[in-house]
Amino acid sequence: MWDYLVYFVNATVLAAALRMATPLIFTSLGGIFAERSGVINIGLEGMMLIGAFTGMLTSYFTGQPWLGLIGALIAGALMGLVHAVAAVTYKVNQVVSGTAINIFAVGVTVFLLRWIFDVAGTSPSVSRVPVVTIPLVNRIPVIGQIIGTHNIMVYLALVLVVIVHIFLFKTVWGLRLRSVGEHPKAADTVGIDVFLTRYLAVITSGALAGLGGAYLSIAHLSRFGDQMTAGRGFIALAAMIFGKWTPFGALGASLLFGFANAVQMRLQELGIPSQFVQMVPYILTMIALAGFIGRATPPKAIGKPYKKE
Amino acid sequence: MENILELKNITKRFPGVVANDNISLDIKAGEIHALVGENGSGKSTLMNILYGLYNADEGEIYLRGEKTRITEPKQAIDHGIGMVFQHFMLVEPLTVFENVILGSEPQKRGFIDFKGAEREVARLSKEYGLKVETKSRVEDISVGQQQRLEILKALYRKAEILILDEPTAVLTPQETDELFQVMRNLKEQGTTIIFISHKIREVMEISDRVSVLRRGKLVGTKNTSATSRPELAEMMVGREVLLEVEKEKAQRGEKIFSVSDLEVRDQRGTKRVKGVSLEIHSGEILGIAGVEGNGQQEMVEAITGLLRTEKGKIYLDGKELQNLGAMQVKKKRIGYIPEDRHKRGLILDFNVADNMILGFHTEPPFVQRFFIRNEKAIKENAEKLVEEYDVRPPNIQQQVSTFSGGNQQKIIAAREFSRKPRFLICSQPTRGLDIGSIEFIHSQIIDQRDKGAGILLVSAELDEILSLSDRIAVMYEGRIVGEMPIEEADEKKLGSLMLGGEAGEDKGGDEVEAGTK
Amino acid sequence: MKLEQSSLTSREIITPIISVILALLVGAVFILIVGENPIEAYWVLFSNSLIGVSSIAATLQRATPLIFTGLAVAFAFRCGLFNIGAEGQLYVGAMAAVIVGVSFSGIPKVIHLPMAIIAGMLAGGLWASIPGLLKAKLGVHEVINTIMMNFIAYFLTDYLVTGPFHGGRWTPETARVFPTAELSRLFPPTRLNTGIFIAIAAIILVYFILWRTRFGYEIRAVGFNPTAAEYGGISVSRNMVMAMVFSGALASLAGVEQILGVHGRFIQRFSPDLGFMGIAVALLGKNHPVGVFFAAVLFGALRTGAAAMDRLTDVPRELVVIIQALIIMFVAAEELTRRLIQRRRRA
Repeated sequence: MWDYLVYFVNATVLAAALRMATPLIFTSLGGIFAERSGVINIGLEGMMLIGAFTGMLTSYFTGQPWLGLIGALIAGALMGLVHAVAAVTYKVNQVVSGTAINIFAVGVTVFLLRWIFDVAGTSPSVSRVPVVTIPLVNRIPVIGQIIGTHNIMVYLALVLVVIVHIFLFKTVWGLRLRSVGEHPKAADTVGIDVFLTRYLAVITSGALAGLGGAYLSIAHLSRFGDQMTAGRGFIALAAMIFGKWTPFGALGASLLFGFANAVQMRLQELGIPSQFVQMVPYILTMIALAGFIGRATPPKAIGKPYKKE
Repeated sequence: MENILELKNITKRFPGVVANDNISLDIKAGEIHALVGENGSGKSTLMNILYGLYNADEGEIYLRGEKTRITEPKQAIDHGIGMVFQHFMLVEPLTVFENVILGSEPQKRGFIDFKGAEREVARLSKEYGLKVETKSRVEDISVGQQQRLEILKALYRKAEILILDEPTAVLTPQETDELFQVMRNLKEQGTTIIFISHKIREVMEISDRVSVLRRGKLVGTKNTSATSRPELAEMMVGREVLLEVEKEKAQRGEKIFSVSDLEVRDQRGTKRVKGVSLEIHSGEILGIAGVEGNGQQEMVEAITGLLRTEKGKIYLDGKELQNLGAMQVKKKRIGYIPEDRHKRGLILDFNVADNMILGFHTEPPFVQRFFIRNEKAIKENAEKLVEEYDVRPPNIQQQVSTFSGGNQQKIIAAREFSRKPRFLICSQPTRGLDIGSIEFIHSQIIDQRDKGAGILLVSAELDEILSLSDRIAVMYEGRIVGEMPIEEADEKKLGSLMLGGEAGEDKGGDEVEAGTK
Repeated sequence: MKLEQSSLTSREIITPIISVILALLVGAVFILIVGENPIEAYWVLFSNSLIGVSSIAATLQRATPLIFTGLAVAFAFRCGLFNIGAEGQLYVGAMAAVIVGVSFSGIPKVIHLPMAIIAGMLAGGLWASIPGLLKAKLGVHEVINTIMMNFIAYFLTDYLVTGPFHGGRWTPETARVFPTAELSRLFPPTRLNTGIFIAIAAIILVYFILWRTRFGYEIRAVGFNPTAAEYGGISVSRNMVMAMVFSGALASLAGVEQILGVHGRFIQRFSPDLGFMGIAVALLGKNHPVGVFFAAVLFGALRTGAAAMDRLTDVPRELVVIIQALIIMFVAAEELTRRLIQRRRRA
């Protein structure tokens, strides 16, 4: 019995889980920013993809993966800006806007891939963000194996979770952002600029999603592939919901989903088809939304464009 | 005492209505000034202008003698004006003191200074006698506490003029007493309070002066000690030309409808109807008088199957009707003209013909075999009714949203009356309509009565009640506080009852039970 | 996004047309970036999709599944529901059709084919009913749920196609369905098949249901104003569920057409985002069956022409995907800017 458990829950698998969770962590944190301010962001998938592409592209032309990260961040932020303009100013249906961004991202990335590199599927290799080992930590038995050696972005993701948590719950802007998402009129009546807050939140969500995508192309791997996000933007949405729109919740959910991913292969050897394991995050999210594991309620004002007067 | 605030010639127009019509009003420093009027009299609009949520079309504001422009709440706050809204502007998942400091947070380089905030809030709380649990979430505290929180918010921002918009609407009598004590404390500290209400009893108790608004105009300002309840009631409710409706005496038949010990909670769980019993006979109109918000709507919705009846029974022709569901109620030939024609009564995007069959669209002749619509029958029905009820323009293909309020109401009336209902409910049937439409609807209602229908008329317009009803009942805070035949009724008596008058003296019995959300 | 009158007025047609033109203009910028002449490129694109029998056939064939998904999304919209789950619904529909198609031999086409089609519709309807019920009974927003159901559908069908129903070849696909379950080709060698007739029938049926039956009346009422619908004795929750089921059945037909008419077998991930494109088609077509037809044909033309444009010019075919995304944005935004102009005029 114990052997079975160790077969699945061992250091190698957990380390893999953390790796798989990383893009989800970035992106779900992004989702939290947008949704906490009251804007649905279905376009996370597209923003991730654009981030992945831009990260690769920048790294290719500059040889510096760090610039690649910055490029991905900016590109994601730009997509976020588009979504903000559509959703906040033009009050376009937020789901439609997000879907348009997703479709646009797929088209524009392959379009540019073909035009710039003349390939259809995968870009050439580029320099990656390096993997590091934290001294001392990696000597701790078991835990050291799990978190001691990872790509820098993995550690960045974990740090960001803490930063976002502090931002949301301990700073002035975090308080205002949350109020805008729950009761924009109340925020307005105390002088908070609802539109500006939402703009900044959505742009940030794009930037974070862009980083999440960049992880895929210039950290985890070292190239960009057509539609390489493979739905992770949606899993990140699910992680955000399952984590009840909190950073640590999203972290936990991302780790859980990452674990499900990592453990697939092993489960397959046991005869459980991998696809059923892959379904789990989505089923869990539906259950969470339905309120069976305690109510997962989004910010109250979500999805409704704010009208003054 | 000098004026701290002067509103001069404030006018505000919305599409179709002049909400504030050349209002000039002075507020003395340190006084408690009550602003009263019925729903739609313009009092909230005026205060929203003062707070910067609306911009006046004409007129000026003078604050402490200086002309001031206030175009957004932030400016109002900076000028020392605070507002406690009727519908609280509180962010529910946040804690009490997070709500207090929102927008004016004490900070140390971006980080919220929680300790400092707590200290300040505690200090204010003590100084003004406002007890509140600072660490609890807003969604977990009582309504009375939420209101104290709203006041704290204003005080935290150093408000010198505090506007309270219908603050007692959601409070129990004990909480109201506590609020009044807080108001007295504030006054002692030099705060000026503007207190919006339609409850004359309270206004008499707490205010120094009172201004009455009616239909957007200022009727007058009086020292509270120099006026009386009846006088204020008359100012509020007005002596309009009574719309003379030609009608014969009612031919009262047998009892067709009754309600006994009805109790209904609204969608938020608050009890709104607290034990109502009444009966209606065929061929008579029972008018329910009362200011809106005293449970009439909930009672009507319980009868029509749109709200759950918690206790009590509803009988139509001896058969029980409560909790049957809207579709069943419709099948029993109960006509219903809802108080909100846009939300409830019509589907604005549909055309006239489709609206004419709403609620009856499943019955022949509008539906043929296989659930296929009988376009011909629908068209003929609409054309006939449009002519009979003089709907203009008589274009049945036109979207209902483009019709005037009066014509929209005629469409609803046509639909409901044409089914020859035995029992008819009309809720605020002529709200927002022009004189011509009002007369028309009134004559149609009388017509239905003469055809033998029993009619429940709910209206906040006393004139309407007086001119149409055969019997009148007054509803106040969820109960019937008076019932009389039309011969015994007059404005003064009814106005008094409507505004918490003689019959409503039993404070001890009035309990507003707030259910958990 | 909602249009009431059963016929589209000329003012309402202008908006989509302008959106398309705007999108093409922005697309022209991309063409210029690649160094080609937009007019030439667009000419190649449209002439290869709209001129000539084989081009038209190809365009119509590509339009067919989009008609189904477009109708599905439009129908759900009419009830105020956002069905982003068309993708998942068409996958399970396709799977069900394939299973029926490979499991029975020796029965006449007249029975086998309808059986397969109905199986597909039932599967799609069932798949859509789950988010529908969750919305109607628990108030859970259908957007996230339908997206989740998409993924569950992907994985479920992945499993089925690589496992129990694997066709034996080394590619992830099922066996070929029996000829008695196939939708016949109309103009070989193009892939246009009898599915187009089903699509047109669906258009007529949807129109009929929405504007000529009591059900359509109720569904539209719920979509416009659930409060008033409730007052009119209409069951809001029941209509929501029915609308989703019907929507799912329509979406599944896209999968059915692809399997029984084009590929003859279930191939893993065969859908080039047909479900999501359905959203674009519904939006562009103003949620009206006739609008959906034209929008689907336009998108079909874009896809067909893109291949030719890719071959004959330097412009990658993905341009068309970009244009489709732009169309969505412009239609949605146009709608609101137009409404804002109207409101200002009224006030």
